[in-house]
Amino acid sequence: MHEYSIVGSLMQRVEAEARQRGASSVGRIRIALGELSGVDPELLASAYEVFRERTICAGAPMEIRAVPAVWECSSCGRPFARGETLQCPVCRSRARLASGDEIILEQIEMEVADV
Amino acid sequence: MCDTCGCGDTELVPVEIQERILSGNEKTARHNREHFEAAGVFAINLMGSPGSGKTAVLEATARARSWLRVGAMSGDLATDNDAERLRRAGIPAVSITTGTACHLDAELVHKALHSLGDWRGFDLLVIENVGNLVCPAVYDLGQAENVVALSVTEGEDKPLKYPVMFRKADLVLITKVDLLPYLPGMRLEVLLENIAKVMPDPRVIPVSTVTGEGMPQWLEWLEERSQARAVLTPGAHQHHHHHPA
Repeated sequence: MHEYSIVGSLMQRVEAEARQRGASSVGRIRIALGELSGVDPELLASAYEVFRERTICAGAPMEIRAVPAVWECSSCGRPFARGETLQCPVCRSRARLASGDEIILEQIEMEVADV
Repeated sequence: MCDTCGCGDTELVPVEIQERILSGNEKTARHNREHFEAAGVFAINLMGSPGSGKTAVLEATARARSWLRVGAMSGDLATDNDAERLRRAGIPAVSITTGTACHLDAELVHKALHSLGDWRGFDLLVIENVGNLVCPAVYDLGQAENVVALSVTEGEDKPLKYPVMFRKADLVLITKVDLLPYLPGMRLEVLLENIAKVMPDPRVIPVSTVTGEGMPQWLEWLEERSQARAVLTPGAHQHHHHHPA
């Protein structure tokens, strides 16, 4: 189970972003997780809950945006149905993954002092 | 609110980040890749379930007496057994003991390079990952190609259960094919169809380290790619490749 290492990297990123912006603490964070990212959303969520105590994310709930896998033909762009062989039946080119491998920190709500 | 009173209290502001969470690992992987490319070393990340035959394939590769100079690092949760087996087979090898971690990452590989001695003299560096079909697929190590070992005893639907691993594979070695006569529920053609549903450019070599089936094709694959690396990096290797008579 590598979700704990992912959470470790995530915390480092959040800390770095907060420091860079002079934020005292962070609120909700949002990440995008592709269906073919190799990261399990439920395992990640539970690893995050265990990990975030006494960190900068202690008061930061995590929202996961699930991104479905989308395969399309690398030449003609024809979309593939789920479970289909990954070679285009029209032009014989191979499929490419248009989306679905994301492991991305998309947004952080930060508390920045009023100007 | 504080806009009016100026008390210095805080408020939540959404900030767009759009940063890859594993960008730290990816940076180290790029660094490793630059090392390998500069030295003309063909590096592969060999992955597969525990017991899929990764170490056995490497032992057979050493026995095949190719001109390839092979070095290896083996990821293992607790023991030095795999690296020890490889050293006995004549392959310089170090262990990367990961403890509870179920995968190698680029930093572990970078550290292991330092203890592997003169790795720049290798034609082929095999990074034998921890036996696991899930976690290793997520971490780039800086390899040139990913090779996945899948044994026939694991069942014909394995690729469909682990699509992330097979999507990342550049080559699949179907191992232990000498056992096929004893496995009526394992149809090779169905396994190949399943691989083609999760691997966009399927390249597959069925092998057996017992009968030697497929070993020439595997060696040819390794030799071709190693040679291509060395040619891309003139001067990286101060020796001549030749095939044994």
